[in-house]
Amino acid sequence: MGSISLQHVKKSFGEVQIIPDISLDIKDGEFVVFVGPSGCGKSTLLRLIAGLEDTTSGQILLDGEDMTKAPPARRGLAMVFQSYALYPHMSVRDNIAFPLKMAKAPKEVIDQKVEYAARTLNLSSYLDRRPRALSGGQRQRVAIGRAIVREPKAFLFDEPLSNLDAALRVNMRLEITELHQQLKTTMIYVTHDQVEAMTMADRIVVLNAGNVEQFGSPLDLYKKPANRFVAGFIGSPKMNFIDGSEAAKHNAHSIGVRPEHFTLATSATSDAWKGKVGVAEQLGSDTFLHVHVEGLGLMTIRTDGDQTFSHGDDVYLTPDPTRIYRFDAAGLAI
Amino acid sequence: MATAQTRTLSRVMMAPAVIVLLIWMIVPLVMTLWFSFQNYSLINPMMTGFAGWGNYRYVLGDPSFTQSLINTLILVGGVLVITIVGGTLLALLLDQPIWGQGILRIIVISPFFVMPPVAALIWKNGFMHPGYGMLGHLWKAFGLQPVDWFNQYPLFSVIVIVAWQWLPFATLILLTALQSLSEEQREAAEMDGANAINRFYYIILPHMARSITIVILIQTIFLLGIFAEIRVTTGGGPGYASTNIAFLVFRTGILSNDIGAGSAGGVVAVVIANIVAIFLMRAVGKNLDA
Repeated sequence: MGSISLQHVKKSFGEVQIIPDISLDIKDGEFVVFVGPSGCGKSTLLRLIAGLEDTTSGQILLDGEDMTKAPPARRGLAMVFQSYALYPHMSVRDNIAFPLKMAKAPKEVIDQKVEYAARTLNLSSYLDRRPRALSGGQRQRVAIGRAIVREPKAFLFDEPLSNLDAALRVNMRLEITELHQQLKTTMIYVTHDQVEAMTMADRIVVLNAGNVEQFGSPLDLYKKPANRFVAGFIGSPKMNFIDGSEAAKHNAHSIGVRPEHFTLATSATSDAWKGKVGVAEQLGSDTFLHVHVEGLGLMTIRTDGDQTFSHGDDVYLTPDPTRIYRFDAAGLAI
Repeated sequence: MATAQTRTLSRVMMAPAVIVLLIWMIVPLVMTLWFSFQNYSLINPMMTGFAGWGNYRYVLGDPSFTQSLINTLILVGGVLVITIVGGTLLALLLDQPIWGQGILRIIVISPFFVMPPVAALIWKNGFMHPGYGMLGHLWKAFGLQPVDWFNQYPLFSVIVIVAWQWLPFATLILLTALQSLSEEQREAAEMDGANAINRFYYIILPHMARSITIVILIQTIFLLGIFAEIRVTTGGGPGYASTNIAFLVFRTGILSNDIGAGSAGGVVAVVIANIVAIFLMRAVGKNLDA
């Protein structure tokens, strides 16, 4: 079991309010990702749940039990840190066994669980090495192993992949998702990378300046963003926003069109926006065009990789009328 | 220093400094070695000439030598224990976030800036004197007979004074070690269910091992040659109760005016220091490997 419920949680450091008021319900077995720009309070929120920071006011319930004041060890949660926080003077085996040793588990139980964790994470041949002698990905796995053996109610991940190179990050992303399928334990994962959030989460919490902007499944967030912030944050490349008269045509203060929701033509059609190609980023599978549209500014367009454009080409853009997002003056979706 | 030309140039440029340093070291050492094999007494100018191993036989055969050797080891060991244990505890305290941390740290390290003879005099007259020392008054306040520290516990008193001087050094080094421990490691241990004592034993202490080693090595080098504190307070006495090897050399060479035997004692002290260094490196040196 591992349901986590936050009720009107507030956190301030002295005068500075980091989290004004957050309420969240995370179901047992869910993979929830906290995502947001840096400084949005996502790590602080995770540390509040872990018990590494004191909650200013509000309640944190784990499995319905009030744990707001409980020390971290009593909450039954395991955390994987950004720096992995392995104990450098201990072997991999001792690192993984440490929580069990602290819980005074019998020797056989410790050995058995460490072996199991090592097998699950492909670490069996490294058990006697020091963390220093491991690669970044292996260290990451040891940190996860140390979390697994405790059989926690929930795993907390604090930007665990940000120290890895791009290829390894994709790999570890898959491994963590797979681990979640296997263990079916609640996981909370903090990241600033919306791709990680989209690919891993059952549900995503989008945070901005300590507020929950939206809490929903990845596709919900993509298809029905609650406001302009979420619309701009989720999706890559970023959504194009258009203000002014063009937005007024759609009875909105501003409208947004995702780069993938344009049709692109090289000859003029009625209603199309005329623009000049600035930079064309060719990724092979896709091409991202940065198009200067007269009166509307710079637009990012995603098109398939077979078409080639060069600087200064004239193009005509037609947004997909069914996929235009409309926002009011306060930035809320209409 | 890539090319042969720059290498040669750098050697030529460094040569004067290196040569001066070498002379500075080699000349006194050779002179001491030379005197240690000579009959050379300031009292009896008629007694000259080659002495063979006589001076060494005289120094090593003297019962006060054994006692001085034991005293030296007790002095070094005692100060090390007090400074390492006390330094660790003080470092743990100073690592806590408190108001006025900066000032407090300066106060804590200030004994290190007091010159050894001055420190010894402060302790001798200000604290340990049975008549007008602070400790004497304290004892009297409880209706007890004041302790005459330098007569009753001479070696212990010297250890206390020297430990007081070196405690700041140990505290400072250990504090920086403590501060370099990553916060996340501490938090990870906390999440893993380690209480404060376990965190200290399994996480903090191993992290500080290298710094403790450095403190032990540096302090041993200096503590083997403790002189001023003994000279100012007990004068090595009563009897030989607080005489260490360095002070024995002084007693033999200067107080007894026997330069030959004093030099032999000095050479023996150098040999002992090297033996201690070898044992020490064997015992704790592995902590220095990265």
